[in-house]
Amino acid sequence: MTTMTLAVRDSATMLRRQLRHTSRNLSTMLSLLAVPIIILLLFVYVLGGTLGVGLGGGSGGRGVYVNYVTPGILLITIAGAVQATAIAVAMDMTEGIIARFRTMAIARMSVLTGHVLGSVLQTLFQLAVVLAVAVLVGFRPDATAIEWLAAAGVLAATTLALVWLAVAMGLVAKTVAGASNLPMPLLLLPLFGSGFVPTDTLPVGLRWFADYQPFTPIMETLRGLLLGTPIGNSVVLALGWCAVIALVGYVWAKRLYNRDRTR
Amino acid sequence: MTNIPAIAITGLRRSYGSQVVLNGIDLQVPEGIIFSLLGPNGAGKTTMVQILSTLIRADAGEVRVCGHDVLRDPDRVRAAIGVTGQFSAVDSFLTGEENLRLMADLHRLGRAEGRRRTADLLERFGLGEAAGKPAVMYSGGMRRRLDLAMGLIGNPRVVFLDEPTTGLDPRSRRDMWQIVRDLAARGVTILLTTQHLEEADQLADRIALLDRGGLVAEGTPAELKRLVPGGHVELRFADGRALTTAAAILDVAPEPADESLVLRVPGDGGVRSLKVLLDRLDAAAVQVDGLTVQTPDLDDVFFAVTGQAASAAAPAIASASGKVTAR
Ligand SMILES: Nc1ncnc2c1ncn2[C@@H]1O[C@H](COP(=O)(O)OP(=O)(O)OP(=O)(O)O)[C@@H](O)[C@H]1O
Ligand SMILES: [Mg+2]
Repeated sequence: MTTMTLAVRDSATMLRRQLRHTSRNLSTMLSLLAVPIIILLLFVYVLGGTLGVGLGGGSGGRGVYVNYVTPGILLITIAGAVQATAIAVAMDMTEGIIARFRTMAIARMSVLTGHVLGSVLQTLFQLAVVLAVAVLVGFRPDATAIEWLAAAGVLAATTLALVWLAVAMGLVAKTVAGASNLPMPLLLLPLFGSGFVPTDTLPVGLRWFADYQPFTPIMETLRGLLLGTPIGNSVVLALGWCAVIALVGYVWAKRLYNRDRTR
Repeated sequence: MTNIPAIAITGLRRSYGSQVVLNGIDLQVPEGIIFSLLGPNGAGKTTMVQILSTLIRADAGEVRVCGHDVLRDPDRVRAAIGVTGQFSAVDSFLTGEENLRLMADLHRLGRAEGRRRTADLLERFGLGEAAGKPAVMYSGGMRRRLDLAMGLIGNPRVVFLDEPTTGLDPRSRRDMWQIVRDLAARGVTILLTTQHLEEADQLADRIALLDRGGLVAEGTPAELKRLVPGGHVELRFADGRALTTAAAILDVAPEPADESLVLRVPGDGGVRSLKVLLDRLDAAAVQVDGLTVQTPDLDDVFFAVTGQAASAAAPAIASASGKVTAR
């Protein structure tokens, strides 16, 4: 067997391990779902009426705002999920089993790819649930099948990139608490971008940040695909950011995992 | 069996910062024996096992396991070894059976073979009933056995056990000893670290004494015991007069300034010489209050080679010394 097929095989084994872990921690999954759903309901029912009017929705403000805010909520879902990934990786590293893996003749990165694959699958599932809730409260995308597929691709690429980054954060953190703090900024990025209000309503400094940070083009691309707003160069920027973040996360994680660890 | 030693170490050094932890170790472990690395807390046992099992790197020196260099050929080394570290290395969320199946999958054994070896190990290690329980719910002893079983699923040629019985009750310790002996009977080479002299004495074919990063003695248990002069018999008396009389009869000086009314008489503590000793005292009507036979044990060896009582370095060692007390 080639090195590649061995790596795939070991990663599949590690993925099964992750899925078992997930199935034994269903409460974590539920709380990860609760956060974006509560934020969604809060913004739609409490703030949505007013914010929707500001977006030019008139009396149907709430319906307009559901459509506007859903891409941001999806990114918050991803950010929350990868925070859990960082925590899971940090916890795993404190478990002796990792030392055991290191003494075995297995594909070295397979522990991490197992975490990544498990997290991506879990996050995609959460995204589907959050989307379904959004539709229930009035989200009305007008996407074609192709556009849906493309949107799913963008979400998957974003998830993959952020999960690798989170794995590195979980490895670099000295404690589990540290691992839960490091990805925190990711949860705020949709707020300091075009997630909840258009960036041209923001004060100058913040607007500059919002226009150039990675989440904005990702959210704009999702909006364009699902709701037909103009996309422009957002899709290129979005995929570019995903590629860079994934690469940085992967290389960083690999370096951290392979360093001479002394317990 | 080949002529290649299971473990060959030359000039091994390792430091943590400015602290030298292993200071030039040379060691050969032939195939098929139980080798015990004995030393007090902080001697460097775990560091050595971590280097041998490719977890950390040496600063200098050459380390080979089954002929493979740990730096140049780590995967060959990993394929040949099974490791049970000092700290538990099981997946707490998985059941005992799932842990073993995970190991089987990572050894790429295939479904049927993986299932067979899992069932076999669960049975051999008395984990059959707990197989379906998550490892978090295991007792310390069960966890230790699972830990060991996980290291064995790939049929390793060399097994490293870092303090396998620390924290086990006397019964579980004996069970673990039996497991280690059974393993050796299958031809597996075992390197076992311990702080307990008794344990090394019980299990090992050869013992190395590690003290503050250096090997201070190495040999069979019998060879090591020959390093120290013979044992002695301790006689305890009810009063000073009896002590003085006995000292005169036996021609040994009581320890100066010793108020414990104890006399140390050189001797091997054999039944015949004991009888002679007691008969002489009896003939002079000296009452012996109590008697302790002190055979030369590894505690004495430690003292002889390091000039320091092992018990001063590690309290655990003192309790393991082989005292026989009669009253
Ligand atoms: N990661 C580390 N960083 C710094 N120093 C370390 C590290 N690991 C071990 N040491 C030091 O190296 C020395 C040897 O440690 P080691 O764990 O090898 O001892 P040991 O013989 O296994 O002791 P014990 O019987 O307590 O398990 C100790 O003084 C310890 O403080
Ligand atoms: Mg140790």
